[in-house]
Amino acid sequence: MNYLDYLYIVDRGIQGLGFVLIFFFVMIISAIIVRRRDKPFIREIPTYSKLKQSISLAVESGQRLHLSLGSGGINSMQGGSALAGLSLLKRLYRMTYLSDRPPVATSGEGTIGILSRDSIRSVYEEVGVMEEYEPTTGQVSGLTPEPYIAGTLLVILDQHVSTNILMGNYNSGIALLADAGERRGCLTVAGSDNITAQAVGYVFTEDLLVGEELFASGAYIQPSTMHVASLHTQDFFRWGIVAVILVAGALKLAGVM
Amino acid sequence: MRQLKTSIVVAIAVITGIIVLVGYFIELPVLKNLRIMLLHFAVILIAVTLIVGVVNLVQVHWKKIQNRQSGGVYSLILLISLLVTIIVVGYFGPTSTPSLWIFSNIQIPIASSLIAVLTVVLIYTGIRLLKRGFNFFSLLFMVTVLIVILGTVSFQGFRIPGLRELSTWITQVPAVGGARGILLGVALGTIATGMRVLMGSDRPYGR
Repeated sequence: MNYLDYLYIVDRGIQGLGFVLIFFFVMIISAIIVRRRDKPFIREIPTYSKLKQSISLAVESGQRLHLSLGSGGINSMQGGSALAGLSLLKRLYRMTYLSDRPPVATSGEGTIGILSRDSIRSVYEEVGVMEEYEPTTGQVSGLTPEPYIAGTLLVILDQHVSTNILMGNYNSGIALLADAGERRGCLTVAGSDNITAQAVGYVFTEDLLVGEELFASGAYIQPSTMHVASLHTQDFFRWGIVAVILVAGALKLAGVM
Repeated sequence: MRQLKTSIVVAIAVITGIIVLVGYFIELPVLKNLRIMLLHFAVILIAVTLIVGVVNLVQVHWKKIQNRQSGGVYSLILLISLLVTIIVVGYFGPTSTPSLWIFSNIQIPIASSLIAVLTVVLIYTGIRLLKRGFNFFSLLFMVTVLIVILGTVSFQGFRIPGLRELSTWITQVPAVGGARGILLGVALGTIATGMRVLMGSDRPYGR
């Protein structure tokens, strides 16, 4: 490796690490601002308002909530959406652990399956009702995308599900899950990090979480300071990206770039 | 004691995450070796979780059979199929003729059938979209779908003039632009989620 190659690697590393550090500091500053405010400001996402209502209704009517975490694992880029789903899972359980039918979480990968069971168990431990914990409420319904869809269909169709939350990595197979939910008369909330799944989701449900909205559940359902702060940080960087694109476009038009 | 246990678990997760992240950006030999070692641990762990996943699948379906829940017959078929596949693949090997027979004659046709069902469901729901809420965006969606489909097929060699170019423009300009916008949002969301996990404020494990 010559000197220039080494310089390129160091330069790339510093850029990447620099971005992560700036993101971190903006998040910390946002968290301080959010903590100082009595009521943090976040824009309304109608899907989350609807979901909150639906959770309350499900508890009152003894119906089950189903959270599908998709077939992505944590060892890839798709892990982010599954982690967002797991974060929502804990919140759902904190709100509904006393329900006659506790929520059921399905996943299409071993690690996410283990984490979902661990998350559910931790909520029961936290509220001191471990005897109510059912290990099968966090289940792996298939280990590759197609079997996962087939296995999850059975959960939606057979388990008195009233709200169907699809939050994770899917392919176009999300259509079958959303269609099954619709046939059962469920509220179906869908969000995916996959573009194909988002396009299919648009056709199937009015309650689609587009792009980064998928990662915002923690700021809307039982909000925590860090979740609200990370939402503000995402908005901050998005405006930054918009500005960079506009400036670059203008420079290109002017013939500078 | 429990608090201490939780703190140790969080500390391990945070330190591991930071080492892997920093090791990705800065190529110091010590850091690189440590990162590779941790990633090897992760790969082994993921392989083990595959087995745990299968055990969980068996548990769920066994419970369904025991409780005589609806669809229990399908669970029984699933368990028998799983057992037969494990025996065949374990005894003859994964690339043997019987194993490949199972793969080609059972798994592939089932997966293909699922895709066929998906195609029908997509067409049906595309039409239902217009019925559900007819507005400018649903109309735009359907027109775009039609243009792209008609632009990529020909009837007896006949093509509607200009449609192919329009279809290509749609898929290469507005669609790609929109997709990149969404993907940028997804990337920012993924970074934010990762940061929360690294900071220990979001714990997708235990308490």
